[in-house]
Amino acid sequence: MTIIIIDYGAGNIANVMKAIASTGLSAKLSHDSSEILAADGVVLPGVGAYGAAMSALKERHLIGPLQAYAKSGKPLLGVCLGMQLLFERSTEFGETAGLGIIPGDVVTLPQQQGYKVPQMGWNQNQVRQLNPITSTLNDTYTYFVHSFYVQTAPKYIAATVDYGQIEIPSVVVNDSGNVIGAQFHPEKSGKDGLLVWQSFKEMVDDK
Amino acid sequence: MTLAKRIVPALDIKNGQVVKGVQFENLRSVGDPVTVAKAYEQAGADELVLLDITATLEERDTMMTIVNAISSVVFIPLTVGGGIRSTQDMTRLIKAGADKIFVNSAAVKQPELITKGAAIFGSQAIVGAIDVKWEPKSKFYQVYVAGGTQPTGLNAISWAKEMVALGAGELLVTSMDADGTKNGYDIDLYQQLTEVVSVPIIASGGAGKIEDFTALLTQTTVDAALAASVFHLGEIALPQLKQTLKQEGVAIRI
Repeated sequence: MTIIIIDYGAGNIANVMKAIASTGLSAKLSHDSSEILAADGVVLPGVGAYGAAMSALKERHLIGPLQAYAKSGKPLLGVCLGMQLLFERSTEFGETAGLGIIPGDVVTLPQQQGYKVPQMGWNQNQVRQLNPITSTLNDTYTYFVHSFYVQTAPKYIAATVDYGQIEIPSVVVNDSGNVIGAQFHPEKSGKDGLLVWQSFKEMVDDK
Repeated sequence: MTLAKRIVPALDIKNGQVVKGVQFENLRSVGDPVTVAKAYEQAGADELVLLDITATLEERDTMMTIVNAISSVVFIPLTVGGGIRSTQDMTRLIKAGADKIFVNSAAVKQPELITKGAAIFGSQAIVGAIDVKWEPKSKFYQVYVAGGTQPTGLNAISWAKEMVALGAGELLVTSMDADGTKNGYDIDLYQQLTEVVSVPIIASGGAGKIEDFTALLTQTTVDAALAASVFHLGEIALPQLKQTLKQEGVAIRI
């Protein structure tokens, strides 16, 4: 079983690797398209700016392989910015095209009285759709750090957190269920975060 | 529901050991930072602050090793600082596994350090740390540096605003008057601060009993309560603290 973590210079890769290792999964960093297409599971990490991340994926010729991998039906997990990259576009500093794997946009979290931007801290998930990743998440707190959030159709939203008047999608899923994204950082969400990696391992095992 | 208030144990680390050690239930004192950090994570800590209170270069390498070891087994946010003087210092700690870096004295001497750090790692990774003392004669909160030994003449409320303008995404504010007294947090200080800055604030200094946390988190809008000795000495157990706060209506992760 081969799990590939997409290597494109994302800042949180070391901590993602440590969390995955602690669940007994062995994962390999790679930006080699044939390795990615042959993988049993792929993780797309990411922190920072949308445009810079898409440029980094483009430079490494990873956009096509990631889109093809998503269509293969094998498990793909996007984390934080990696989750946002799964969507069609972001409005961060003008419009930037994303991977377009799930329909929807990434937009700025608006200023609301008493709610800071970025959202930084532990927020409580409400599960909207059961899937392998959300099965352990209902009512659990996970750790968020983000200034942008996803706007998409309800059928792509598997869990949400409330932030003022906004329901932020915390877990998203594509039509066929093999591509899942988490807005929070499972690698920083304590034992409930580690369960996300465990669930991902089970998704890969089941395929 | 919204964001939970964070309960943050702080570890002072010197020569690779937690200063004075941490008292476990069996009353054994443990100094190994990794063991202590793991125990706090399991007890429900929402974040850990690690303060390097040594200054020499070799000892700073020890700190990298410790941060790397802790982040390999502890999966909650790690906020690390002490002796940060350059963006290279920040890079080393973040590579070792720190999520956020706090900067104290160096930011007073070279405020651009905050801006540079925020440009490289994002504001959310740069925490402005301020040690504050009330000056009764001149009636203002003064900023102290060098571990609280040197007055700067700076007004803490203005300096807090300045640090945010420079790019700090969060503030860690210690009341030197309250610190060590166990008489409660300086509520007035945090009420003033939360009125002038919009970034999250970690309050530090004065925690002695559970009611002190309740007062801080119900009477002010700070995001996090930091404490050290009450946790280390076993005077307050994290699970009981969090249960009580939840019963008092504070948003808390259990």
